[in-house]
Parts: sequence; structure tokens; C-alpha cells
Amino acid sequence: MPEQTIPESTSVQDAPISDSEVLLTVDHVTLRFGGVVALNDVDFEIRTGEILGLIGPNGAGKTTCFNAMTGVYKPTSGSITFDGTQIAGSKPHQITALGIARTFQNIRLFPEMSALENVMVGCDARNKTSVLGALFRMYRIWGLPEEDLPRNPVRRALAKVIGVSRHEVEERRSRRKSWELLRFVGIADRADELSRNLPYGYQRRLEIARALATDPKLLCLDEPAAGFNPAEKEDLMGLIRRIRDRGLTVLLIEHDMRLVMGVTDRIVVLEFGSKIAEGAPAVVARDPKVIAAYLGEPDAA
Amino acid sequence: MTDTTPQKSVLKRVAAVPSLLGGAPQWVKVPLILLVLSFCVYLPFLNILPFAYIRTDLRPNGSDWSTVLFTIALYMIVAVGLNVVIGWAGLLDLGYVGFYAVGAYSIALFGSPASPVTKAIAAQFGLPEGWSMAFAACIPLAICIALIAGVILGAPTLRLRGDYLAIVTMGFGEIIRIVMRNSTWTGGPAGIIAVPEPPAADEDFFNTIDVHRWYWLALAVLVILIWLMRRLEHSRVGRAWLAIREDEDAAAVMGVNAFKYKLWAFAIGASLGAIAGLLFASKQAYVEPNGFQLNLSFLFVAMVVIGGSGNIWGALFGAFLITYLPERFREFESWRPLAFGVALVAIMVLRPQGLFPNRRRARELEDRKHEAEEAAADA
Ligand SMILES: Nc1ncnc2c1ncn2[C@@H]1O[C@H](COP(=O)(O)OP(=O)(O)OP(=O)(O)O)[C@@H](O)[C@H]1O
Ligand SMILES: [Mg+2]
Repeated sequence: MPEQTIPESTSVQDAPISDSEVLLTVDHVTLRFGGVVALNDVDFEIRTGEILGLIGPNGAGKTTCFNAMTGVYKPTSGSITFDGTQIAGSKPHQITALGIARTFQNIRLFPEMSALENVMVGCDARNKTSVLGALFRMYRIWGLPEEDLPRNPVRRALAKVIGVSRHEVEERRSRRKSWELLRFVGIADRADELSRNLPYGYQRRLEIARALATDPKLLCLDEPAAGFNPAEKEDLMGLIRRIRDRGLTVLLIEHDMRLVMGVTDRIVVLEFGSKIAEGAPAVVARDPKVIAAYLGEPDAA
Repeated sequence: MTDTTPQKSVLKRVAAVPSLLGGAPQWVKVPLILLVLSFCVYLPFLNILPFAYIRTDLRPNGSDWSTVLFTIALYMIVAVGLNVVIGWAGLLDLGYVGFYAVGAYSIALFGSPASPVTKAIAAQFGLPEGWSMAFAACIPLAICIALIAGVILGAPTLRLRGDYLAIVTMGFGEIIRIVMRNSTWTGGPAGIIAVPEPPAADEDFFNTIDVHRWYWLALAVLVILIWLMRRLEHSRVGRAWLAIREDEDAAAVMGVNAFKYKLWAFAIGASLGAIAGLLFASKQAYVEPNGFQLNLSFLFVAMVVIGGSGNIWGALFGAFLITYLPERFREFESWRPLAFGVALVAIMVLRPQGLFPNRRRARELEDRKHEAEEAAADA
């Protein structure tokens, strides 16, 4: 058997952060559900390393935009380019592999799995163990760092001779990474609980940890602060900034204006499926079209 | 939930036993497993009162005890296989008997010198009269055929969800049986005789009168399969299945290729069903289409659901209950359907998650303690 080492999961931490580099382009995307035009010729870019806000009144098409970007829906027309790859119409798992992760507006965890296992499912997006690999564990690896060896001294000695299966190495690394992420979002104290038993705020943050576990370049958060009190919102703002500091790009849907204004670098505003404004938070906030949209006045256009 | 009734809390405590053992250290677990295994091996000869009361042949017309044990082990294999499909991947397969039949017919068609298929092959290639494939070759063949059958059924149907999938799979089970009955190359309604038994140095080793060696064989196969399925359960694959069961769309967005893993679940379930069918046919020494009626499928599903969907031990227990109880209490035979129905309804009402619900729990205790301590130190 070949002596192999597998690289630690690639992280985007050391990716260059420049404001000019475009990570994702939404190019004239239209998405119809029968007669409903959920997205109408929407056009915007996400730049590497920024926090982009996506706002708009209820039913504006924000979640639909996420769904188009993550492969849940195929745009009726237009293209979406991520990191140089055309992704409109790709399968969700393929898009995840490319590096887009998301959370859901209405929490969608795996309720009968523990918090830790939920995150590990995310980690598995980068793991390679197949059905046969898990069954027979023939793919062995030698020369691993101490931390990837079994703790039990007998097994540890044995591992020097017969190596460690890729399954085992990936499990151990994924568990370590999952714990790290649970600590990062601040819910490690209840890692072993079934996710359906977790309090609401924990569930929201668990969704973020699970999304981060897929090692994304772009993290899309769909109303992560929904149902949060002001203190929790403050925490969340800190968390979003720390996520960006890890080298990720963040796309944020949020209704809470204070949060959006406080954390985003740029904002795109949708109304009735069309983009009505785009720019720095302060500029967008003064835009008469945006104000009109939020005050519920009929759109002049 | 009404967790306050004392009766329920007792049930809960009983249900917690397997998970307690799961957390026990290695030096407790290994001897315990060996002990249970040796007891299982000894079971056919169990003759010490009061334990002997569990035997089914105490009364003159009782069923042969070893045969009952064999059937229990056989259906446990089925339950372990179906648990992959229903319990883990969450795919309601009502045609599982189809795969059981595929396994049985695979060995009958290729292993029996009396089957039209072996005869045709022998005639085609000028092989001597009475030629048939070796038993050992029939095992991988049966598994391959079942895998292919699983993929053929799964590929077009796994895009369906819930009830639709259930109905299509049910149709599949019936189609297999009807094809076997109406084709000449399968021996038609009469079936096929002279299905071979496993090779053994002694001609009489696997005979049909003293069945305990058949039971041992099924037990050995069962143990190996449980071991393999547990490897899958606690791996990337098992997690992918659970994620699909819990929320297929969310799983897909988390990078799980749902279709691929559902197909794998189907294929693995199919091959386990086929292994059970193969053992069954081999022990019976003949197969006939009537042995694979639709109601057997429902019985299989009941085993998995009663025991607690998603938990191997629950599935085993369900298989045990459904196979053993009717044999032990034969005197109440006419009450069987009623008792069965009442028990099912009672379980669904009192314990919808099954007797031993799936408790995902901490593994690798050592690592766990360490991780938990780190987390605590961090907090
Ligand atoms: N699967 C679907 N089928 C039909 N119509 C849909 C579907 N999904 C969304 N829509 C419609 O598309 C429009 C945009 O919905 P979307 O969920 O994207 O809005 P949103 O901006 O996320 O709103 P909210 O702030 O309430 O979450 C709505 O009119 C909605 O009814
Ligand atoms: Mg929305």
C-alpha cells in the first residue's frame, strides 16, 4: 500500500484579501415561479473579503436569490459565476464543493443528530471516505502527526506499523474541527445534545457552524438574527466580523437595519425581484427608492 | 410528551440499556459481547430449567427449536439490511421481499443442477450432466445480482419521495414474484429443487433434520454483517444517510450527494436481503414463488419499525419479537393476527419512535472526555 499523507483541509485563511477581486457575479438572473417573477434581471457582484448585505421588503426575492446561488433553484435565465465557474443550474452538493455555504431562514438542522454530528456532516463535504472505504478501511496512511494518531497507547503503537485508515484520520480531524467551530460560534457546551433540543439561539448559531464546516469561500446567511434580542444581535455582529476575519466573504440577508448598517461593507437592495439600489450602507440608507420601498409606497418606476 | 407515567419511565430505562453499554469501557464491552455470543451459540442445546422454557419444542407439536433459531437469525439479517434503507436513509421500502427473492433465486438458478439456467449453460458449453456453479461462487453472484437489482429499482425511483417510493417498491416486490412464477427459466410455480447447501467436509454437516449448524451459520453471517453495518453507521456514510433522512434538501446544501447515498443505501440493503434469501433457499433446498409473498415485506418493515427505526439493536429486537413470539405461543395461533395488530397499534400509540429509539451517542469515549474537558476549559 502506498505511503500517503493527506493534506489538512484547505482553508481560505491565507487567501489574498483584496477589495477589487470579484468572487461571485450574478449576471442578469431572472427566476420565475409560474407567473410570479421572484427575480427580475438581477445583477450584482460580491467581492472577495467583503460583507455584502442583501436587503429588501418581505417577498422581495432575497431567499430566492440564495436558492439560485446554492443550486436549490435553477434560474430561468442569466448566469451566476463563482470563482470563475458557471454555477447556475449546478447541483447543490457541487456548489458546496466549490465553496459556497449557506444557512436557512427557517432553521433546517438535522433534528435527530447531535450538534456535533450536524457540524460533522458539514465537515464531510471535504472528506473522501467512500462506502467501501468505511466498510473495509483499506486505504491506510503512515507518517501522520501525533494528534492524528489514536490516543490508546496500544492502538497508537499499532498505527505505526499498519498505518491509520483514511476513515479514521478524517473522523478525528473532523471531530477536532467541529469542536473548534462549535467553540468559535460559542455553543460547545451543548455539543452532545440533539439539535432539536437546543435553544433557538443555539440552533441559529449551529447552522452557522455547520455551514462553516464545509470550508466555504462564501458564506450566505439568511436572516441569522431573526428572533434575536438586542444583546444576541450584538454578539452576532461580532461573530460575522470574526468570520470575515477568518478570510471568508459573507453575504447577509437581514431585516434589522441597525445590524445591517453596522456590519456590512456594501448593500444590495431588492424589491419585487428587481435590484433597486446598491452601494455603501450610508448611501443606500439615504436613497429615496429604498426609503420608499421600506415605507411601502408604490414604486414610481 | 407525557413522560410522567411510571410505565413509560420503566420503558425508557430499559431502552437506555444499549446506550449505556455503548459508553462502557472496552474491558467491559468485549467480555460482555463474547458472553452474549457464546450464549447465542449455546442456545440450540439450552436445557437448564427455568431457561429452557424459552424453547419452542416443549410441547408435542411445537416447532423445532433450532429451526426457529435459524429463522430468527435469518430475519435478523433481513432487519439489519432493511434498517439501512428505512432506519438510516429514511426510504420506506415496501418491496424488500423482492431482494430476498433475488438472493434465493440466484443460488437456486445457478447453484442447483436441476435449474433450467444451469442446464442451459451446461448444454451451451458442453459441460457434464448435472453441472452447477459452486456454492462459494454463488454468494458473490447473488450479491452482485442484488446490487444490480437495487440500482435498477433505485435509479429511476429514488427521485420519488415518501409514499410514492413506498408504492413503487411494493410493486417491485410483486413483479419479482410474478416473474418467477410465470417464467419457464425460473421453474414456474413449481420452483426449483436441489438448491445446494454450503460445502462441508462431512456430507451430513448441513442436513435438514438437525438444523443447529444452519443456525450457527446464519448467526456467524449476522455477526459479520452487524459489524460491517456498524462501521458504516459511524462514518461519513452513516452521517450522510441520517442527514438525508432528517432533511434531504439541507443535506444536499451541506454537500451530500443525496442521490448517490440513497442509491448506496438501496444497494446495500438489497445485498443484505439477498444474503438472507440465499441462506433461506439453501436451507430449504428448494425455492418456489409462493415463499415470497407481499405480506413478508410488511413483516420485515414491522420488525424495523417496532424495534425503533435507525437503531441496529432495535431492529434485531424487532426481528426477534416478530419471529419468536408467534412460534413460542403457537397455542394461540388463531389469535396471532389480532395480537399482532393490537401490539403494533399499541406501540405506535405509546412509543411511536419504536421500543429502542435511535440514540446517537458518544463514541471513542477517551477522545470524548478529552474533547469535553477542552471545551469546558475553553468556556
Ligand atoms: N417555491 C416557490 N414557488 C412559488 N413561489 C415562490 C417560491 N419561493 C418563493 N416564491 C415567491 O417568490 C417571491 C420571493 O420570495 P422570497 O422568499 O425570495 O422573498 P424574501 O425576500 O426572502 O422575503 P422574506 O423577507 O419574507 O424572507 C415571493 O413572492 C414568494 O411567494
Ligand atoms: Mg427570505
